[in-house]
Amino acid sequence: MTRKSLLAAFIAAAFTATGAQAQTEIQWWHSMGGALGDKLNELANKFNASQTAYKVVPSYKGSYPESMTNAIAAYRAGNAPHILQVFEVGTATMMAGKGAVVPVYKLMKDADEPFDPKVYIGPVSGYYSDSKGNMLSFPFNSSTVVFYINKDAYKKAGLDPAKAPKTWKEFIAAAEKLKSAGQGCVYTTGWPAWMHIENFSAWHNVPIGTKENGMGGMDTEFKVNSPLHVKHIAMLGDMAKKGLLTYAGRTNQAEAKFASGECAMLTSSTGAQANIRRTAKFEWSVNMIPYHDDVKGAPQNSIIGGASLWVMGGKTANAYKGVAKFFAFLSKPEIQMEWHTGTGYVPITMAAYDLTRKSGFYDKNPGADIAVKQLMNKPPTANSKGLRFGNYVQGREVIEEEIEAVIMGKKDAQKAMDEAVRRGNEILRKFQAANKG
Amino acid sequence: MAMEKRVVFKSAWLPYVLLLPQLTITALFFFWPAAQAVYFSFQLQDAFGMTSQFVWFQNYVDLFKDSHYVSSFKVTAFFSVMVATCGILISLMLATMADSVVRGALAYKTFLIWPYAVAPAIAGVLWAFIFAPSIGIVTYFLKQFGIDWNWIINSEQAMLLVVIASVWKQISYNFLFFLAGLQSIPKSLIEAAAIDGAGPFRRFWTIVFPLLSPTTFFLLVMNIIYSFFDTFGVIDATTQGGPGDATKILVYKVYYDGVKAADLGGSSAQSVILMAIVITLTVIQFRYIERRVQY
Repeated sequence: MTRKSLLAAFIAAAFTATGAQAQTEIQWWHSMGGALGDKLNELANKFNASQTAYKVVPSYKGSYPESMTNAIAAYRAGNAPHILQVFEVGTATMMAGKGAVVPVYKLMKDADEPFDPKVYIGPVSGYYSDSKGNMLSFPFNSSTVVFYINKDAYKKAGLDPAKAPKTWKEFIAAAEKLKSAGQGCVYTTGWPAWMHIENFSAWHNVPIGTKENGMGGMDTEFKVNSPLHVKHIAMLGDMAKKGLLTYAGRTNQAEAKFASGECAMLTSSTGAQANIRRTAKFEWSVNMIPYHDDVKGAPQNSIIGGASLWVMGGKTANAYKGVAKFFAFLSKPEIQMEWHTGTGYVPITMAAYDLTRKSGFYDKNPGADIAVKQLMNKPPTANSKGLRFGNYVQGREVIEEEIEAVIMGKKDAQKAMDEAVRRGNEILRKFQAANKG
Repeated sequence: MAMEKRVVFKSAWLPYVLLLPQLTITALFFFWPAAQAVYFSFQLQDAFGMTSQFVWFQNYVDLFKDSHYVSSFKVTAFFSVMVATCGILISLMLATMADSVVRGALAYKTFLIWPYAVAPAIAGVLWAFIFAPSIGIVTYFLKQFGIDWNWIINSEQAMLLVVIASVWKQISYNFLFFLAGLQSIPKSLIEAAAIDGAGPFRRFWTIVFPLLSPTTFFLLVMNIIYSFFDTFGVIDATTQGGPGDATKILVYKVYYDGVKAADLGGSSAQSVILMAIVITLTVIQFRYIERRVQY
């Protein structure tokens, strides 16, 4: 390139840059890596192409805890993004940051954009609303935990592959059969605390904590040492001892063990489906998670995981108008459906679910609708609409540490769960004290 | 020490000006953050820093009330002793061997120094892959011998993994210093001992090792500091403190509570405690162990 053409290119670039500055930029920090990140960028590009006043600029800021920490640090330094994707366990921390965040219902009202929390399915809107039913953050990617079985392994063990265990009793019986048929890893689970404490509690309609799982106030206390919780965790410890449970870690490590065929059964996120579909060289099915049939009213409904979009404070009114427009765009059923079918996340509005069903997607991908059915199994109760614990990043870690101690056989379940409650409550009290005033 | 040269500056201010850049860096990147940590350790703040309360020693009291924090001292002590001892012994052995190699010495030395250029987190990921439960290459071979390797749920194996990864990362540094130390030992001393009939082992213990003692002492201090402060990257990339709290060393908890859980007060209190421990350890090392060092 000659010097002249270089100069020309430079001037051209400068002009394009000024041209772009006429648009208001909206910074969006997220944690969607890989294929999910590509899908997210597609959404932003679509919105940018649909109008000229605003430009949404997504940037990947690492894992959920990382991007949240980055945004908090940025807020303290006065340059937070407009939109921040926050995982479900960070909800209480964000909600407590009054002034640091702009509630979504207020944002939409100020910008005169239509916004009806009732279009979202119950477990989704409940999770992100305050006690008055005002939605504080914008639901984006929601998942829940489902139960996967390897049908080929079932056939080999002489089990009926069309009949996945419905209760934990049936589950244990199937697990023992698989084991004696020579299955090395019988069962594994992703996200142990999310599956075996949070969703377990909702599914059996028992509280995780007082005050409606923390949604009714910061003076909540953990309740995960109830007889039912202890019985369930003791069962996991027992399964590990008998070689029926292979522990794989605190996040989604278990999913690869199922997809490779190593483990015959898996409980993990609905989000695992895309990956399993790509890698699994065997027949598999998606099912509802098992329940204890001696618990009255079970199964109730499962709760969500995933993340929502929070709007950060201290920006211009014009920028907030753009954010509201972007959220209105994201609420469109066809956009929701695109995101749902492209990523494996749950459709979060009824309209998107109906649209997807009509499109024939669920006929082609059996099991893709199990998550919604499970979330909508029964109308959510105070125990099953979600949870909101302060500093739950630490709280969940405490629960996971104690579950691991049981699975390692180093503690009995009662002692471990008592410890989890005691340590968890200390974290809750500290959060309460820090956010009081 | 009589050989030491003394240079006297004629100007009164020049020495200070020459020291200034280093002092500025030390103040800016060491003293200022340390002072901030002390300040934050007395505060209780919400995540966004909207409100903060001065809570005196509450953060410290909370820590010591928690039996898990106290038990993490034991984990840290074990981890540090393992990392420092293994790191020093292995690199001393490698340096002794590399020193006596005649052909291709440069290649050996280069390869041994190489790992030092690897970032701790990458070292962690590397070892996590090699030892990954069910897909790791070492796991595969161990299975052939009937050993069930799963550090995800086996606390002893998890500890072993983080020690191996941390030691591997530090061997190059130790190796470099030992090699330099070995090369500065006059050959004539060793040859004289050999003529007197001392075997290789005796020569090492009575001549080489005492002459290396300043280096060994320096490395002991550096390795302890390394294992206390610099290893959280390795832990974060592998066990993340688990299973249970089997590999949750103090510095990892500082990192986790501060960076991931946004608990600045608690994390600062922990880092102040950690700082106090390392200062104490270093003072003890200089007072008691240094006496036995022969310069």
